[in-house]
Amino acid sequence: MALTNEYIRERLTEKFGDVITNIEEPAGMLTFEVPKDMNLKVMQFLYDDTELRFRFLTDLCGVHYPDQKGRELAVVYHMHNLVDNVRLRMKVFSDISDPDVFTATSLFESANWQERETYDFYGINFVGHPNLKRILNVDEMDYFPMRKEYPLEDQSRIDKDDEMFGRGGSVS
Amino acid sequence: MSEIIHQQPHHISLPEGSIGKQTTTLNLGPTHPATHGVFQNILEVDGERIVSSEQTVGYIHRAFEKIAERRPLYQITPLTDRLNYCSSPINNMGWHLTCEKLLGVSTPKRVDYLRVIIMELSRIADHLICNSIVGVDSGAFSGFLYVMQYRELIYEIFEEVCGSRLTTNIGRIGGFERNFSNAAFEKIEKFLKEYPVTLKEFENLFNRNRIFMERTMGTGGISAERALNYGFTGPNLRAAGVDYDVRVASPYCSYQDFEFDIPVGSTGDNYDRFMVRNQEMWQSLSIIEQAFRKVQEFKGTDADVYHADVPEYYLPKKEDVYTKMEALIWHFKIIMGEIDMPKGEVYHSVEGGNGELGFYLISDGGRAPFRLHFRRPCFIYYQAYSELTKGALLSDAVITMSSLNLIAGEMDA
Repeated sequence: MALTNEYIRERLTEKFGDVITNIEEPAGMLTFEVPKDMNLKVMQFLYDDTELRFRFLTDLCGVHYPDQKGRELAVVYHMHNLVDNVRLRMKVFSDISDPDVFTATSLFESANWQERETYDFYGINFVGHPNLKRILNVDEMDYFPMRKEYPLEDQSRIDKDDEMFGRGGSVS
Repeated sequence: MSEIIHQQPHHISLPEGSIGKQTTTLNLGPTHPATHGVFQNILEVDGERIVSSEQTVGYIHRAFEKIAERRPLYQITPLTDRLNYCSSPINNMGWHLTCEKLLGVSTPKRVDYLRVIIMELSRIADHLICNSIVGVDSGAFSGFLYVMQYRELIYEIFEEVCGSRLTTNIGRIGGFERNFSNAAFEKIEKFLKEYPVTLKEFENLFNRNRIFMERTMGTGGISAERALNYGFTGPNLRAAGVDYDVRVASPYCSYQDFEFDIPVGSTGDNYDRFMVRNQEMWQSLSIIEQAFRKVQEFKGTDADVYHADVPEYYLPKKEDVYTKMEALIWHFKIIMGEIDMPKGEVYHSVEGGNGELGFYLISDGGRAPFRLHFRRPCFIYYQAYSELTKGALLSDAVITMSSLNLIAGEMDA
């Protein structure tokens, strides 16, 4: 029997009840939200279950929603069942003042650097991560640049000497 | 993998006050010629054997994901060029396919086949450079020169289609910027005729070469289970024996219309990775040939179709822009990013040169994506390098690095 989104949904609600919220299917991919203290439990269930078998972590990334009070930061997991070729998307939301989320490194080695990257850009603190430090940015950086409060440089600013780059300055 | 033997050198009496450390710390990179890209490995070596290693990446981080949050869709295509620059057309098309998925654009069959031709050509370009570099790192330079000639020909084909060679910015949402010229088709035909001869020659140089086999077999190996846990995709995963290929698992761009095999290895070592890539080049050649024949079957007006009919996203012809008001309006709106995207989130992945290249796009209906995340295959599987090289010889670690097909541009985004 092919593994359908309805079936995964049924199994998840049967196991966890109404902890699983915001179930949607954008572009055919099952998407749901779990509370942040439940992410490992749900992931472990999806991994271990002999029918669900979501044993491949495709992608892990952060998102910042500045307008959602109390749930500003999100971690998005894309998991893949390679046997039945089904993907799903799991989201965990967190308060920006307390961005602690359990790490997935105990289940997936691939989560290691991806969580470091998410920490690097969004400041999500992965509890239990073996080596949580910046990966793409310099170690001395003291802010999390992908958060929405840090806009990109204003392209019309004139106070900067951009002459060497062919913009502004005496080059016209 | 052999055990590391810690021998206490009893015959050496260390001078007073010296530390008892028996290993040497060695920096491989960030600008070492053997790393083929800017990344650093801090190795702890005991003689020639690597005891442990730590990787540092991010030297060429260019904040693509942040920049993408201000740019309209078309302006993001050049950013994708600079991820895996050995096969930029695959990145471009992966991005356009993601946009098409979000915008609900469907493409005509001829466009799909033309895209398949370009994507498979760039897969060959990607694999041939990776495999020949494995050869260079193991001491055989001539294979590199044999195949490089054909990368040049592939780049000429790209040039004929889109005007540029390395960072191609090829195609548009819905198709191509122009129809393929006769010269492009002639060059593809020439490539199909000549490349198999060279590839055969290349294989003769390496496949059963005693020195090459001794150098690559049994080094840098990984089991299928560990490879999956580490998030391996593409040829590296298939070399470990898992037949996962995005082209077959979730076909895009009409890949279901083509007959091809997925070559797999068994031990996941450097030799298997090399062999899998070689076999994939043969498969790609066969796909290009099939696609070429399918494209030739379109006759009359069908043969002029090179884009979907989506005026909201596809730039109008230049001569129309100068003469027709509607075309001018659309041109302006598309260029300035005045087209609001539908709200939603999509994940789309393509089989890139070195694994599953994914695009996760969240749109809040504005002119630019709210969030765009690139799933960069080599960023994910490079984590395994520490495990792959533990206890290996330093010279084998260099081959392992090149056979993983690490592209610094993709790793650092």
